[in-house]
Amino acid sequence: MSKKDVETTGHSWDGIEELNNPLPRWWLIIWYICIVWGIAYTIAMPAWPLVKGATAGVLGWSTRAQVADKIASFEEMNAAVNAELAAADITTIEVGSDVHNYGVNMGAAVFRANCSQCHGSGAAGNVGYPNLLDNDWLWGGTIDEVAYTVQHGVRNETDEARYSEMPKFGADELLTEEEIDQVVAFAMSLSDPEGDGTNLVGGTYDVDLASAGAEVFEINCSSCHGEDGTGDIYQGAPNLTDAIWLYGGDHDTVYETVYYARFGVMPAWGQRLSQAEVNAAALYVHQLGGGQ
Amino acid sequence: MWNYIKLAVLGIAVILFGLAANYGRDFAYQVHALIFMAAAAITFIYTLRTTGDVKPAPTGYLDGVVRAGVIATAGWGVVGFLAGTFIAFQLAFPQLNFEFLQGHGNFGRLRPLHTSAVIFAFGGNALIASSFYVVQRTSAARLWGGNLGWFVFWGYNLFIVLAATGYLMGVTQSKEYAEPEWYIDLWLTIVWVAYLLAFMGTIFKRKEKHIYVANWFYLSFIITIAMLHIVNNLAIPISILGSRSVMVMSGVQDAMTQWWYGHNAVGFFLTAGFLGMMYYFVPKQAERPVFSYKLSIIHFWALIFIYIWAGPHHLHYTALPDWASTLGMVFSVILWMPSWGGMINGLMTLSGAWDKLRTDPVIRMMVISVGFYGMSTFEGPMMSIRAVNSLSHYTDWTIGHVHSGALGWNGMITFGALYFLVPRLWNRERLYSLGLVSWHFWLATIGIVLYAASMWVTGIMEGLMWREVDSQGFLVNAFADTVSAKHPMYVVRALGGVLYLTGAIIMCYNLVMTVRRSPVKADEAAAVPAE
Repeated sequence: MSKKDVETTGHSWDGIEELNNPLPRWWLIIWYICIVWGIAYTIAMPAWPLVKGATAGVLGWSTRAQVADKIASFEEMNAAVNAELAAADITTIEVGSDVHNYGVNMGAAVFRANCSQCHGSGAAGNVGYPNLLDNDWLWGGTIDEVAYTVQHGVRNETDEARYSEMPKFGADELLTEEEIDQVVAFAMSLSDPEGDGTNLVGGTYDVDLASAGAEVFEINCSSCHGEDGTGDIYQGAPNLTDAIWLYGGDHDTVYETVYYARFGVMPAWGQRLSQAEVNAAALYVHQLGGGQ
Repeated sequence: MWNYIKLAVLGIAVILFGLAANYGRDFAYQVHALIFMAAAAITFIYTLRTTGDVKPAPTGYLDGVVRAGVIATAGWGVVGFLAGTFIAFQLAFPQLNFEFLQGHGNFGRLRPLHTSAVIFAFGGNALIASSFYVVQRTSAARLWGGNLGWFVFWGYNLFIVLAATGYLMGVTQSKEYAEPEWYIDLWLTIVWVAYLLAFMGTIFKRKEKHIYVANWFYLSFIITIAMLHIVNNLAIPISILGSRSVMVMSGVQDAMTQWWYGHNAVGFFLTAGFLGMMYYFVPKQAERPVFSYKLSIIHFWALIFIYIWAGPHHLHYTALPDWASTLGMVFSVILWMPSWGGMINGLMTLSGAWDKLRTDPVIRMMVISVGFYGMSTFEGPMMSIRAVNSLSHYTDWTIGHVHSGALGWNGMITFGALYFLVPRLWNRERLYSLGLVSWHFWLATIGIVLYAASMWVTGIMEGLMWREVDSQGFLVNAFADTVSAKHPMYVVRALGGVLYLTGAIIMCYNLVMTVRRSPVKADEAAAVPAE
């Protein structure tokens, strides 16, 4: 470059001068190419607004059509097996058949997109959201029961939803403070086979209080949780004798549960998913390990 | 006489803000009314105490306000970088959203605090201070409007305090980079008009025949920001005594207005304004003429005409009609070369002075800044292409892109300008330590590289994971899978932030020591306008 020959414009601001160099050629050429491409692109694609609507572009391309094409191509590819899955009786579906494999695969995708937010992407659950990997089921673990739960949900606003409601024994003053202390200890003792004051998940309670709580439990709790505390899947009442606690098995959490009760809600996914997707989600969850 | 009018107005303002604080419908509004009241009261007392003083006619350049702006820039910079580094750690380690921080210091509240602190507090103060310095020098005239410049400085920083405290109390209209509520927006409008008047007034009374290119850029920035700010913040307050409002536009129109604003905040605040800075400080520091006058004219007009149409590229594959999305993309691609015009002019100005890169770390800072400018203005048009955007949108790639521009271009050119300004404004012979400038340079550069590279990796990975489907068309990954896969890169990003922050703290130390320890420049009386 022969910058030495270039003159300045003759102005000076606070000592700053400007050289009179021409526009760099490569710069100008690339810019022109961009402009030409831009004009061509706006002819090919929907671009220019008119009084009503806009030019559609000679290629007739649109983002909606692009998405619709993609969806249609997969739907067409899967049409036969999809129809088979929607119509299948999932209780008798043959494990290892094409439609079963397809359903499990689809169910996994449905689960990732819709269920994993609460139940975890590995389905191991979270506080208040049941673990789906074990064989402990609030509302039943056979495949048609799982499918019903997916379809209609739990304690939501639909009529078909699974429904039950634990009383707020403390907040509604159904029990005295003393009775609550006793029944909390008793409830914890149910999951303490050794009876040494520490239950299966390490929660500690007062053994004397627990024996006093047996009667409170029998009068107030056993109608749902059973006399032996093993729960009732027809009312969604948890088994209290095992090491599985939806909200926690330590003293403070159990106390809070008895005092204020719990009201876990699950949406009715049938309102949002297709029948094939509901079936698929049930197939997927059922084969995770705990299905009955 | 003028002072008595001022006193009356300020006195009434104090009373009205007091009433507003008393009758305010929500806590944040009451706090803000009290802040306004305090500001009015302090100004009242100051005016009262100086009324009747015989003041000598002002001579020379108005540099006090530039000094204040330099201090504010450096201070807010550290605050903004600190907030950014902290929220980067919050993203990597969510436990840092401590229970006691809920409702004011969790990620959602601190994120707008970070973006506004760096863009508006750090960047805005840098632009106001440098524009006041540059327009006076290149017009050979004192800043117009008497103490109007001081009003702009204090008014703008009051806006920042209101915005920042508002975020912590949950006052937001939920528009990115335009979060402050209606009364804060009104205040900024007043300040901005004063800024425009001070700047234009100085240009009108200039003693040079032509207007220097840096001032074109500054002026386009001031005017366009005024327009963007007003249109994007059109809202109706629910109550004159409350902090909430309802946007006038809704749905896709609101989204389009927001990104017309959002993109041009980048275009005119962070690009045009900072190009104004570049056009003064690079030739001054390099002591070389600007490379091409022609290029500066062409790329200026092309930039401001084309930038304003590029906003829709933020809304590809949304409810926005396809035609608007296409136009946004096309204008973005055509914008590539006009943007690069600034880079060429910046870099080629150094031809004949490349040896200074070895000896002058301040020049090195400016050069790498222009380099990052060129990189981001290539990356931007590329990401605006619909097919690329379908991968990059909503991912960390966008965050990486923004930060290579903000940390690399805006940050580095501002640091360069501060290193240039402080010795001159405080009349010192030289900076306290060039070695510390080198430390700052390398820490900041490595910090940016860690930041940008980690965000490219995690952004592209995340985009690919989101769209991954198996042979039957089913999603392969849950959202949470992408989150856990990104964790290592989030740690790297946060470490990049630590390096960048450390560099800025070193800069502050160096600048303070320059004022306190560097020898006073002997022959200089005081900077005077060339008569």
